[in-house]
Amino acid sequence: MPRVRYIEPGGREHTLELNAGSSLMRAAVDAGIDGIEAQCGGNCACATCHCYVQPAWLDKLPPPSDDERLMLSNVAAERRSNSRLSCQLVATPALDGITVQFPERQS
Amino acid sequence: MVSQAPILIVGAGQAGVQIAESLRQEGYGDELLLIGNESHPPYQRPPLSKKWLLEPGAYSALALRGAEALARRRIALRLDSEVSAIDRSASQLLLATGERLDYSKLALATGAAARALPVPGAGLGQVLTLRSIGDSAAISAAIRRCAAAARPVVVIGGGFIGLEVAASARKLGAAVTVLEGLPRLMSRVTAPIVSDAFERVHRAHGVDLVFGAQVTRLLGGADGVEAVCTADGREYEAGCVIVGIGVVPDDRLAAAAGLLCERGILVDDCARTSDASIVAAGDCTARRLADGRLLRLESVQNAVEQAKSAAAALLGRERPFVAAPWFWSDQYDIKLQMVGLSHGYDQVVTRGDLEKPAFSAFYFRAGRLIAVDSLSRVQDHMQSKRLLDHGLSPTPEQAADPQFELQSLLKHASTVTAGGA
Repeated sequence: MPRVRYIEPGGREHTLELNAGSSLMRAAVDAGIDGIEAQCGGNCACATCHCYVQPAWLDKLPPPSDDERLMLSNVAAERRSNSRLSCQLVATPALDGITVQFPERQS
Repeated sequence: MVSQAPILIVGAGQAGVQIAESLRQEGYGDELLLIGNESHPPYQRPPLSKKWLLEPGAYSALALRGAEALARRRIALRLDSEVSAIDRSASQLLLATGERLDYSKLALATGAAARALPVPGAGLGQVLTLRSIGDSAAISAAIRRCAAAARPVVVIGGGFIGLEVAASARKLGAAVTVLEGLPRLMSRVTAPIVSDAFERVHRAHGVDLVFGAQVTRLLGGADGVEAVCTADGREYEAGCVIVGIGVVPDDRLAAAAGLLCERGILVDDCARTSDASIVAAGDCTARRLADGRLLRLESVQNAVEQAKSAAAALLGRERPFVAAPWFWSDQYDIKLQMVGLSHGYDQVVTRGDLEKPAFSAFYFRAGRLIAVDSLSRVQDHMQSKRLLDHGLSPTPEQAADPQFELQSLLKHASTVTAGGA
């Protein structure tokens, strides 16, 4: 059960245990973490689940698909080199301990 | 006098949940009750006509928010509860059980119902509409039975729901006929060039498309529907019929309580109704725009953004919904994303590959961009959304030129803003 540390835009932190296979978006939405909208429900169609991944973890993630990359180029908040869409990040044992932060705005 | 009564929200779908969450985010600390008339906790509807039809799975995958999320935000939830009336003079809701609930403020997020087919035989078995989880499960099962028995699925209506169901039914191996009354697909919302692309794709996947089809009656018996008859005398064999001819906004409670309604509960940009203590959001509303036009949108974004406006309005703040409307649809491997309102366009230009299809249609009115439909052109969609939100427009020539970077207009705009500050 990989643990994921979420940081809300206001700085509050929550650590959740995710079922392997769950997306980081899904678990955050289920738990009511602030700072994520996920309007399209995980279809990579809206870019409202944008997060910043703690840089040390970037290399452990599969690279973004073309669609994700293109969506990221136009997110509402600042796009950074560690920007990802949390609906595309799937929890695996290798990600135990990862930290992601949600930006000030999603839409 | 300080009112101790809670804010009540009628409707526990996308809009209702968002009103509740936004109230908390805006600092509302008193009691909050979300009242839903379904048995499931709040869930997402868009997948019901897409992925869910292919693999109906656990409810949890559709959950809009977990129980934990609602509890954390102190949002009380009552399911299976039918509201029978609003008593505005007493500031109370009447439930079907006879119970009365006091409210300090009221939010209506009652959604919409699938429009019923107004012809004889529409009540036969295996004539199905799509709105709820249960509807989706029934349609999925009916399609599978048709596929197994080699009987055709007939879809009435070539709009989003009908076409998504048709695509899913083909993936499940059923023969599919789509009967559309007008001369092309999705004709109310897209230009002919987009309709034509989808027509080619559906035909390539083996869907039988019939245009100008006026359905006059359905035939069948105790085992359910057997055929669909059209005005030109043709009869289409059917193992099941899926009716996707639009929705009817559920404004019954509001109308009965004397709120202004016009094909939906009438609201302004801030989601306020004609009663100062009642707001409304989502599919149940019709929005009066500044120029007097009436706008009805049925989308997740509309539900979410109107809900944010509604929550602000309940707390006496103005947060108008001004973003460009957007919408998406999945059919086969095409990701259709639409932004803006194309109604009233006088010019359409395209960028990309029409044959594949992977292109965007840019709609202009008097030389200004008003909407963009993107077929598997994610970047066009995202950039156009930002252009429209910033009130920026490429020229039609720029939009049609694949070498022209739409992004450059945005960069230019931000430079100008910064320089002018």
